[in-house]
Amino acid sequence: MSDDLRTVTIEREFAHPAERLWRALTQPRLIAEWLMKNDFAPVVGHRFNLTGDWGGVLDCEVLSIDPGRALSYRWDYVHDDPAFDLRSVVSFALTPTPGGTLLRMEQMGFRPEQKQASGGATYGWRQNFDKLEQLLERGDKA
Amino acid sequence: MTPTSDLIFRTLGDPTRRALFERLCRDGEQTVGALTARAGVSQPAVSKHLGVLKAAGLVLGRHEGRETHYSAQPGSLAPLTGWTREMESVWEARFDDLEDLLKRMDQ
Repeated sequence: MSDDLRTVTIEREFAHPAERLWRALTQPRLIAEWLMKNDFAPVVGHRFNLTGDWGGVLDCEVLSIDPGRALSYRWDYVHDDPAFDLRSVVSFALTPTPGGTLLRMEQMGFRPEQKQASGGATYGWRQNFDKLEQLLERGDKA
Repeated sequence: MTPTSDLIFRTLGDPTRRALFERLCRDGEQTVGALTARAGVSQPAVSKHLGVLKAAGLVLGRHEGRETHYSAQPGSLAPLTGWTREMESVWEARFDDLEDLLKRMDQ
């Protein structure tokens, strides 16, 4: 568990042309409206920051650009507490569809954290908690 | 592990507390008296365990007359369900904002 690489993938089809989506992903003023304040520039190697409303600052660097189609950047959050420290890469891919554009976001993260001594026991716990959480959610609706 | 999940693990590490929490999850809100009847420990002990569960944000106490009704807190286990699910919901929310923005750009 100590060098666990995790991936988060989100896909959504937007009823908008890829060109518009691309602008929303690459123009600082527009990025600020849905993601975070930033000094992004669509140039490979450009280093920039994403600044969250909570005051956190992410260190980023453009890794690849395929205009109108794909974009990836480094997404690091340096923190003294390993529970919050994060090194990851965020990739966006745009695919035109009959109804608009499919946007796929993948965040692959290396999270050094996970300092618990007994990974197996913790895994068991997690399964229990997942079940309990399902119970809680059902209870919430009842 | 975050400080919050550490606290939750420690709190639910005690079998009596875990049983109390599970009962509240399963059966809904209950008084200390009702919980004591099936807990196999004394009422002061049950009250003490409920206090610890409350401090960890796992249960909520509601006073009604001379009785306190306890209920499990939905969502209190969220810190344990993992980074991946947490990040998924964060990105879903960002995509919602992106969708709003795209609509505005249309005008």
